[in-house]
Amino acid sequence: MYAQMVKSEATQDDPEKLAAFQARIDAGDKIEPKDWMPEGYRKTLIRQIGQHAHSEIVGQLPEGNWITRAPTLERKAILLAKVQDEAGHGLYLYCAAETLGVSRDELTEMLLDGRMKYSSIFNYPTLTWADMGAVGWLVDGAAIMNQVPLQRTSYGPYSRAMIRICKEESFHQRQGYHIMMKMAQGTPAQKKMAQDALNRFWYPSLMMFGPSDKDSVHSAQSMKWKIKMNTNDELRQKFVDQTVPQANHLGLTVPDDTLCWNDEKGGYDFAEPDWSEFFDVIQGNGPCNTERLAARNKAWDEGAWVREGLMAHAAKKRAAKLAAE
Amino acid sequence: MKHEWPLWEVFIRGQHGLNHRHVGSLHAPDAEMALKNARDVYTRRNEGVSIWVVEAAHITASSPSDKGPLYEPSESKVYRHPTFFDIPDEAGHM
Repeated sequence: MYAQMVKSEATQDDPEKLAAFQARIDAGDKIEPKDWMPEGYRKTLIRQIGQHAHSEIVGQLPEGNWITRAPTLERKAILLAKVQDEAGHGLYLYCAAETLGVSRDELTEMLLDGRMKYSSIFNYPTLTWADMGAVGWLVDGAAIMNQVPLQRTSYGPYSRAMIRICKEESFHQRQGYHIMMKMAQGTPAQKKMAQDALNRFWYPSLMMFGPSDKDSVHSAQSMKWKIKMNTNDELRQKFVDQTVPQANHLGLTVPDDTLCWNDEKGGYDFAEPDWSEFFDVIQGNGPCNTERLAARNKAWDEGAWVREGLMAHAAKKRAAKLAAE
Repeated sequence: MKHEWPLWEVFIRGQHGLNHRHVGSLHAPDAEMALKNARDVYTRRNEGVSIWVVEAAHITASSPSDKGPLYEPSESKVYRHPTFFDIPDEAGHM
């Protein structure tokens, strides 16, 4: 998902406190920043929320790529609004992570020097306008699958950030599907472009949920703490079941020959993505990893004088106000 | 030079004459910028008609361990609730 393969941290706290903490979670209590929490819970959440926040920020790049070339003024305004929303989502999440005792600059630096990850999906290029449709429809669609249940997560600030994000996310997916509809109903060349976008984004979207976590100890701990609400496989299945009829409605073909309805399980059988490609992208060898991190580093370095200048200006104004009193 | 912009807490009054309500936080160099950023981040869809920003460092919060001493005394004072008093129906609406 936006946070993939987040390892949960081992916890070495007082067993009595741990049991009381677990009882609160089981009872449906929300954990708030000043409450006692196990070190493992805190560290896992920092990693997960941080990775989620970084994904929102890096996720602006593939779509930002098309703002200047949107086909109409209206599409341009819509895309701008969507990308601005992503910046906001990143910010809500950074704020939630900061309540756990990590600073904004620390989080940014960990992204920039590669200590923290962002979702594998944003390391794929957006080659045509149809990709703006596919990203909204499939990538935001996959994100929603994960974010809706996370509104019920045990950590208060994370849950509240998710509620805000989910309110805004539906617009993202619908505008993407709307682009796909226009393209699919357009000229043969436009329809071909839409099909090509679906072909390229289908498997990377399935990878967003992460590898099967049936046997993962980390997942079990995170689910017990209610910071992961469903298994990766459950969410992937749900995504496929929802998306295939939408593709059919567009008259497009999901690029999977094995795809077929399974009456018994009440869902589709589908092919797994190539997990070796996923691990390769995670390791930094995807088509755009270098470009994405370079863009973030450039923005951070070239924005330094603005950040410092505004602080100096604020200090000067404070001093002038004091002098006038 | 390295110092992070301070953290501000953002409170917004919704459309319906309600109290300002905490909606989240952000970083900004000063109050003016905090207000501008709050507008961009928290009111993109008509969420409010008025914004307050307060530097987070100026907020004093109660501690979770004070929960007992702070709130338990009110538990025993049931007479503070109107339902404590039985009033006969004949007395009419009260």
